[in-house]
Amino acid sequence: MHTNNNKIHMDIAHIKFLFKEMLRIRRFEEKCAELYTQEKIRGFLHLYIGEEAVAVGVMQALMPEDAVFGTYREHGHAIARGLSMDKVMAEMFGKVTGSSRGRGGSMHIFDVEKRFYGGNAIVAGALPLAVGLALANKMQNKNNVVTCFFGEGAVAEGEFHESLNLAKLWQLPILFVCENNGYAMGTALAISESQQKIFRKAQNYGLAAHAVDGMNVVEVESAASQYCHSIRNGEGPCLLECNTYRFRGHSMFDTQLYRDADEVEQWKIKGPIKKLKRWLEANGKLAADELSQIEDEVAEEINKAVAFADKSPFEDVTDLHLGVYAEETS
Amino acid sequence: MNDQQLSYREALRLAIEEAMNADERVFLLGEDVGNYGGCYAVSKGLSETFGPARIVDTPLSESGFVGAGIGAAIGGMLPIVEIMTVNFSLLALDQIVNNAATIRHMSGNQVSIPIVIRMATGAGKQLAAQHSHSLENWYAHVPGVKVLAPATVADARYMLSMALKDPNPVIFFEHVMLYNESDKLPVPEDCPDMHSALVRQSGNDISLVTYGGSLSKTLEAARQLAQQDISVEVIDLRSLRPLDTQTIFESVHKTHRLLVVDEGWHTGSLAGELCALVAENCFWSLDAPPIRVCSEEVPIPYPKHLEDAVTPQVEKIVNAVQGLLSKETVS
Repeated sequence: MHTNNNKIHMDIAHIKFLFKEMLRIRRFEEKCAELYTQEKIRGFLHLYIGEEAVAVGVMQALMPEDAVFGTYREHGHAIARGLSMDKVMAEMFGKVTGSSRGRGGSMHIFDVEKRFYGGNAIVAGALPLAVGLALANKMQNKNNVVTCFFGEGAVAEGEFHESLNLAKLWQLPILFVCENNGYAMGTALAISESQQKIFRKAQNYGLAAHAVDGMNVVEVESAASQYCHSIRNGEGPCLLECNTYRFRGHSMFDTQLYRDADEVEQWKIKGPIKKLKRWLEANGKLAADELSQIEDEVAEEINKAVAFADKSPFEDVTDLHLGVYAEETS
Repeated sequence: MNDQQLSYREALRLAIEEAMNADERVFLLGEDVGNYGGCYAVSKGLSETFGPARIVDTPLSESGFVGAGIGAAIGGMLPIVEIMTVNFSLLALDQIVNNAATIRHMSGNQVSIPIVIRMATGAGKQLAAQHSHSLENWYAHVPGVKVLAPATVADARYMLSMALKDPNPVIFFEHVMLYNESDKLPVPEDCPDMHSALVRQSGNDISLVTYGGSLSKTLEAARQLAQQDISVEVIDLRSLRPLDTQTIFESVHKTHRLLVVDEGWHTGSLAGELCALVAENCFWSLDAPPIRVCSEEVPIPYPKHLEDAVTPQVEKIVNAVQGLLSKETVS
């Protein structure tokens, strides 16, 4: 894909790439759920199933030097950003080969080489950090974009409002991405927000902002690319609201008393992978053998990651105190 | 230069100026640090020297701008964040405790956060119960940050410089009663490492351990006790995390007695931690139980006589030492 005069051109190869990226996340998350029941993965596990189009779409707009802040539902962000599946899986196993040496787990995946700054389990906690990193970029005359993902639940936090105000006040190069999946854990947006159109809150702070169909990866990529283009041109921060849905519970402990099974089924019909697959097949761009080849490649990558995580060692307990402070030089 | 009297606030300003001149990554961020010149006038004049891009006025968004400071540190800058008082820092506690203190660790040692977060602390200016507390201990409880409490002009000057060279998040407490204190500035070589406690006065009968705004009261108590032939050793902690336990233990091994003077509330105080450490490590050297003079369990009241009644005072310290020693003679 490339942008030219703000018009987006995508070829079939790129659309198939998007399809495979989303499938990688979907299958990875399904495997995580399985591994959780086997107690290979412990703690809280928040699956990204249903929301894949958001991470995959937004990441296409970013360059290697751009930075990403994710949420605690960030496996999808990490994989779409290009972190190795081996390291992400090993992190969830708590192994020393994990992206954060196993210290963080599912909610704290970091990879500085990929400029991926977590993995933050305090709702809205990463927004001020993203503002600060964007401030640092501006102060150092770097033309990089900082991207910060958060759920619609985060907009109820003061840090959301403080961050949007600071970002616009200082005209920072930052893209806020709201993954609006309708529920803050079990609390529906309708019973928690007076203004339920998140992008309007951002507009009130002077940011360019609008909502897109977060189940449509092409639409997400297109919108994110246009925003990143304007951010790189020094036009200030933007907010993209992606309306999406999580097909699984909030975490593995969620019995989902707060929503109807029928609602979930209705959204699944609109699922991002299903939707794109239907389109590719209807246009004769995805033959059955090609689809099975993609599935096989994805399965192989995941199996390899699981094997890597499984055979990796745990960190020696004698290293317990490492990484709390910087190594003293004296 | 060496004979010139310098105030505590000027000493802080000098350290900031020096760091900003030496490294363009250093900048100051906070409420009213620029046009107003700083709530306690620490940054007065710096905006004229360095401009608003490096002396950055922020809205009243403690969580937002402290978090932005942490993010800027992640992004390769060396921010100094000023918070008006420790009470306001509670609005930024999330960013300090959940992000600054944890990110190095939970990223598997990938991310450095070289930030200095300065704030005023303590009572004495009749600012009542939302501007006067001593919550240093809350921060000293948290692994991942360093906590400093300079009690002298020299320490304000040089410990801030050292903090600005440290690759870790440093919380820097400035007691409100110290800003106007003046002293001559020694040469930097005479200022010990920021992690070391200092024996401010040598003595043999009891060790008085304190920090920050209580140091001058403790030294005055020591002077009065000396007139009664009680020889007091006064230790200034300087660093509240990490604690220089070696200096404290050596002193207690010599004097066999400990009194901690701490403006924090008695319950759950840093003084309590020091007493526990000494009990655990110096038990067989002790001739008396470790004791504390802390603040009374009352939010800081507005009237002067009540404010004074809450916080440690010279008389209380003197009485506590006399009480401890007299119990020994009685038994």
